[in-house]
Amino acid sequence: MSDAMKPNPLDFSRRDVLVQIGAGIGMAAAGESALSAQTAPAAHTAAVYAPKALTAHEYATMENLSEWIVPGARAAGATQFIDFLCNATDDMKVIFTGGLAWLDDAMRRRTDGKDFISASQDQQKDMLDLIAFRENNSPEFGPGIQFFNWARRLVVDAYYTSPAGIKEVGYMGNSAMSKFSVPQEAVDYALKRSPFA
Amino acid sequence: MLQVSRSPQVFDVVVIGSGAGGGTAVKILTDAGIRVALLEAGPMLTPEKDFKEHVWPYQVDHRGAGPHAASYFGRQQWGYFSAPNGYWDVPGEPYTVAQGEQWRWFRSRIIGGRTNHYGRISLRFSDYDFQPEDGLSDPWPVTYDEMSPYYDKAEGFIGVTGTKEGLRTAPDGNFLPPISPRVHEVLVQKACGKLNIPCIPSRMAMLTKSVNGRAACHYCGQCGRGCFSASAFSSSQAMIFPAMKTGKLTVFTGAMARELISDSSGKVTAVSYVDKATRTEKQIRCRAAVVAASACESARLLLNSKSPRFPNGIANTSGMVGRYLTDTVGYALGGSVPALAGMPRHNSDGIGGMHVYVPWWLYGDKNKDFPRGYHIEISGGFGMPQLGTFNGVCNRYQGYGKQLKDHIHEEFGANVSFSGRGEMIPNKNSYCEIDPQRVDQWGIPVLRFHFQWSDSEINQVRHMHQTFSALIETMGGRVSGAPFDSKAAISAGGSIIHEAGAVRMGADPKTSALNKYCQAHDVKNLFVCDAGPFVSNPDKNVTLSIVAFAWRSSEYLAEEMRKGNV
Repeated sequence: MSDAMKPNPLDFSRRDVLVQIGAGIGMAAAGESALSAQTAPAAHTAAVYAPKALTAHEYATMENLSEWIVPGARAAGATQFIDFLCNATDDMKVIFTGGLAWLDDAMRRRTDGKDFISASQDQQKDMLDLIAFRENNSPEFGPGIQFFNWARRLVVDAYYTSPAGIKEVGYMGNSAMSKFSVPQEAVDYALKRSPFA
Repeated sequence: MLQVSRSPQVFDVVVIGSGAGGGTAVKILTDAGIRVALLEAGPMLTPEKDFKEHVWPYQVDHRGAGPHAASYFGRQQWGYFSAPNGYWDVPGEPYTVAQGEQWRWFRSRIIGGRTNHYGRISLRFSDYDFQPEDGLSDPWPVTYDEMSPYYDKAEGFIGVTGTKEGLRTAPDGNFLPPISPRVHEVLVQKACGKLNIPCIPSRMAMLTKSVNGRAACHYCGQCGRGCFSASAFSSSQAMIFPAMKTGKLTVFTGAMARELISDSSGKVTAVSYVDKATRTEKQIRCRAAVVAASACESARLLLNSKSPRFPNGIANTSGMVGRYLTDTVGYALGGSVPALAGMPRHNSDGIGGMHVYVPWWLYGDKNKDFPRGYHIEISGGFGMPQLGTFNGVCNRYQGYGKQLKDHIHEEFGANVSFSGRGEMIPNKNSYCEIDPQRVDQWGIPVLRFHFQWSDSEINQVRHMHQTFSALIETMGGRVSGAPFDSKAAISAGGSIIHEAGAVRMGADPKTSALNKYCQAHDVKNLFVCDAGPFVSNPDKNVTLSIVAFAWRSSEYLAEEMRKGNV
């Protein structure tokens, strides 16, 4: 039996590419306008989104924490991304459910029974100033530091791969250009600050 | 036992494998009016469905981590957004490695093979690569001058950027216009100047001008995801799809070659393969066979093709099939460069990969403690943010909040990294053979690998580390990463995916499997057209040479068929 295949027509011209990019993703020569033309990701609305892996309390705690880690991460859907990954594999779920429980427990011990989101802003900040730095490692805070590393990693990933984060960091590519050139202003900027100045 | 079904038709040539070598053979043979059957172990490639060019990470719910978050736990074999290409671990198709040794075997199972995703660095081998002056490996049965016209043809067809530089270590070619350097590449060129190291426009198979109806590049830098406009070369889009329109090519996908069948005169008469969809064995009859399944897979097929006439496998009277297996020596080092911090934002995507590179610059230098050399690949710029892009910044500064955000903003695009790609000297301890115990899910005996680096490669990696550190520091940068240990730092064999050798060519049938046309010494209608025939593995990525050699072998085969010799 011959499963000879039909030719796969691929006579794409540059114009076809532009049409394809324009249709699916939002095409523009500059990153700024490319971003505004993109299809927005699922809008973040905690009220509407039903967590798949985290409990409502865990989800709310993570939303609070994500905003501490990267201001703007909550609106960019960082917790939704984390919930998705926790639902995708138990390896991730145990890191976050365990870590968030540790965080509440550690806060209760320091505040006469308040969990993380019930504690004051100052109390929350004091806790983060401990667990956000590996230099503070100790038997008491080791698990918190480990957890915070994961939380920071995923919140940063989520934010900077979102439209808001891509715009904030200033990535201007993923477009189609007829010519590649580098602005002289950027070359001069780097050379002036380099040992080759 | 089930009846094996044989094709009623006798094809002129069966080509096994659809990557750089198989694609070239298909193109040249069908252009000559020859009727070809192409066997590919994987499925058809459908670019509009399979390629993820221009997709933003947030358009996918896992953003590239994989549906089971594999990337976060080291379980992702290849980037989610990359073109479909293959893996080191293919389900149901194991291989074994001698105890205490390390080898990773990449297999690509799709029309176009690895050319769908490869880096497209396209470097000619030098005269001394073919005829080594140091005597550390055997001479090839061809010279640079014999190959040069085929490099011209290969470059003219696939399209390669570059500039004429007159360097013996980087022979000039038939080049498309180069692309201007990105800002970090300007700094690298300055640093190279200070260190007396050449840094020249890169030679890449991307079209800075339209070629053969393929559109010019649109500079999105995503060549590794597959290119809708085929502006980055792939054998699938540039060779196989056009050949399918000629009426001369019949493609069999999901066809895993098991054995070459030969007659009493020793000629190949048919190829036996497993039709994966039905798990049945089939045969295609042919007048000649071109094996282009990738170096090790081609060796495996020959070794598994045993007959009374060829008890050690077809084309293996010399016993050389499987021997002299090599991979490229790999090492990478990066650093952050303050001069680039906070740079005015602009689109630096360009072509996928580097716009400038460092060819080997110490040929003949007697003061170094390793033979031969390496080239240096350069990366940096404002790449599209991906999962993990800012891991380095987070680890360096830790913390949270506005400060962390400011560090990320400042350091975006301020990292530069260097990858060395060096030559391994073929050695007797590195080879593959049939494992006497194991078969794959199709019942085909699997390969067992033996692989060892020697001090030549270990010392070379130390030199790479010193050079890259000097480059980073000369730019005013800080080297990232752990303290250097050359034995730990060297790439695992096979992981650079430049396997070569294992079916080597040579003038002497006693010490080689193939003659100077990559035609089996023992079997006149059998050719090998991948990196298997390569006698050594120069520091110049193999794909362009695979195309050039396959082009030459296929023209020779077409002419021999016309004359009635095959």
